[in-house]
Amino acid sequence: MFTILGIPGPLLFGQLLLGLINGAFYAMLSLGLAVIFGMLNIINFAHGALFMMGAFVSWMLLEYVGIGYFPALILAPLIVGIFGLVLERTIVSRLYKLDHIYGLLLTFGLALVIEGLFRNGYGSSGMPYRIPAALQGATDLGFMFMPNYRGWVVLAAVVVCFLTWLIIEKTSLGATLRAATENAPMVQAFGVNVPRMISLTYAGGVALAAFAGVLAAPIYSVNPNMGSSFINTVFAVVVIGGMGSILGSILTGFGLGIVEGLTKVFYPQASATVVFLVMVIVLLARPRGLFGKAV
Amino acid sequence: MLKISGLNAWYGESHVLHGVDFEVREGEVVTLLGRNGAGKTTTMKSIMGLVPRREGSIAYKGAETIRMASNKIARAGIAICPEERGIFGSLSVTENMMLPPIVAPGGLDLDTIYTLFPNLKERASTSQGTKLSGGEQQMLAIARILRTGAKMLLLDEPTEGLAPVIVQQIGRTIREIKNRGFTVLLVEQNFRFAATVADRHYVMDHGVVIDMIPNHALEANMDKLHDYLGV
Ligand SMILES: Nc1ncnc2c1ncn2[C@@H]1O[C@H](COP(=O)(O)OP(=O)(O)OP(=O)(O)O)[C@@H](O)[C@H]1O
Ligand SMILES: [Mg+2]
Repeated sequence: MFTILGIPGPLLFGQLLLGLINGAFYAMLSLGLAVIFGMLNIINFAHGALFMMGAFVSWMLLEYVGIGYFPALILAPLIVGIFGLVLERTIVSRLYKLDHIYGLLLTFGLALVIEGLFRNGYGSSGMPYRIPAALQGATDLGFMFMPNYRGWVVLAAVVVCFLTWLIIEKTSLGATLRAATENAPMVQAFGVNVPRMISLTYAGGVALAAFAGVLAAPIYSVNPNMGSSFINTVFAVVVIGGMGSILGSILTGFGLGIVEGLTKVFYPQASATVVFLVMVIVLLARPRGLFGKAV
Repeated sequence: MLKISGLNAWYGESHVLHGVDFEVREGEVVTLLGRNGAGKTTTMKSIMGLVPRREGSIAYKGAETIRMASNKIARAGIAICPEERGIFGSLSVTENMMLPPIVAPGGLDLDTIYTLFPNLKERASTSQGTKLSGGEQQMLAIARILRTGAKMLLLDEPTEGLAPVIVQQIGRTIREIKNRGFTVLLVEQNFRFAATVADRHYVMDHGVVIDMIPNHALEANMDKLHDYLGV
């Protein structure tokens, strides 16, 4: 067995892969938060709960309707996205004229309600979701065995993050979104239905969280708390990357996942806190975050 | 084309327009003159639906728009070039140009726009709209609404703070778009410039229109005008 810096290679690469997986979820979740924050000026504390809903909906689709993993990758984000649309139209939209703090409190409350409802219905022990047959097994990469499903998660996350970045930075729809982030009344005065765009942006960010939830279902047990266990770290990622920065949230998400993985190898005691340590250091050195624009 | 009667507007508690009345006929270039704070910009923003509280009547082509959201007003064929220009820093020059959606056929195509504003063509690849000079930003702010097919253009102080050559270029552009059948409502501080492009002038003060002077009568009314504008 080979070693690197005195660490057995398979252990190092195994933890790196775990870090990359976590980073993939951080990236997808903080990306959705960044998109929503840019347009709505609301820090969506319900994001973790909506991620959890994505996992639950895919589990329900399989359990009650017999719809499998791959269709669920499309259907669950769609269903949860529509749920998000309804939330935005009926509740969240009432807060745009008020201070930030109201949006934060409201979405935090929504998260508690959603998680409470699922806990009531399904308990908190969690349900397993089988890895789809096509993605079972592992591949020998030479230096380690990589479970196929984990490779798939990283690949899918990279593709989805890249597509989201592409839409926002390189298309005319994205240009309109960026412009509305800067000056919404002006964009509306050009004839764009900005309120509808805001609703669809929220739904889009929510669908992204739900997509991550479906990817997560076979890795973590499907349970009502799976969102809240992620979301604290995700908010740290958002702060480190810089509020509202698209590329920033993607790179910071993956980067911090890897940092966490490496910490598990070299100094396991700190693995749970390293992200917050990085956050403190970044905030001290660069309060607007690594990729944040000057305010 | 555009008929405004008894227009009142508020910013929060402060009542800024107190019954504005005037009219712009199709194909005309009409200016709003007036001192700082007279309510010219507020009148423009009210027409565009950008002032939260407004009352009275703003009829465009006979249809009442006072209750419409600004995107509906834009879709009806009115476009604004705002006082602060409204160029987006997170968009490239080309993205800024292409941002306003086409609301009706009959807008200028890009080739024509670049003939009117050759500088914009040179700067088209600039990555941030706000990296342009003030004059270029002003041209971009006018150019992008010529594309949309809107026939009623609201230009709020397009010459403010610009070098004389650029002011001349903007003057030529306004005459050119008038020839092409656009209708223009222009806010100006500089009535010498206004006289070179406009058919009629309305004078505003303290939130109301206090006079109307046809362009041919401008010379004869110079004393009155100096008095109104305090120059
Ligand atoms: N956003 C705002 N909130 C509160 N008051 C405002 C606001 N904008 C303008 N005002 C006030 O409304 C009045 C009219 O302002 P407006 O901008 O319409 O004048 P203007 O004729 O365009 O002046 P200028 O020549 O300086 O551009 C002024 O007293 C101004 O202080
Ligand atoms: Mg003004």
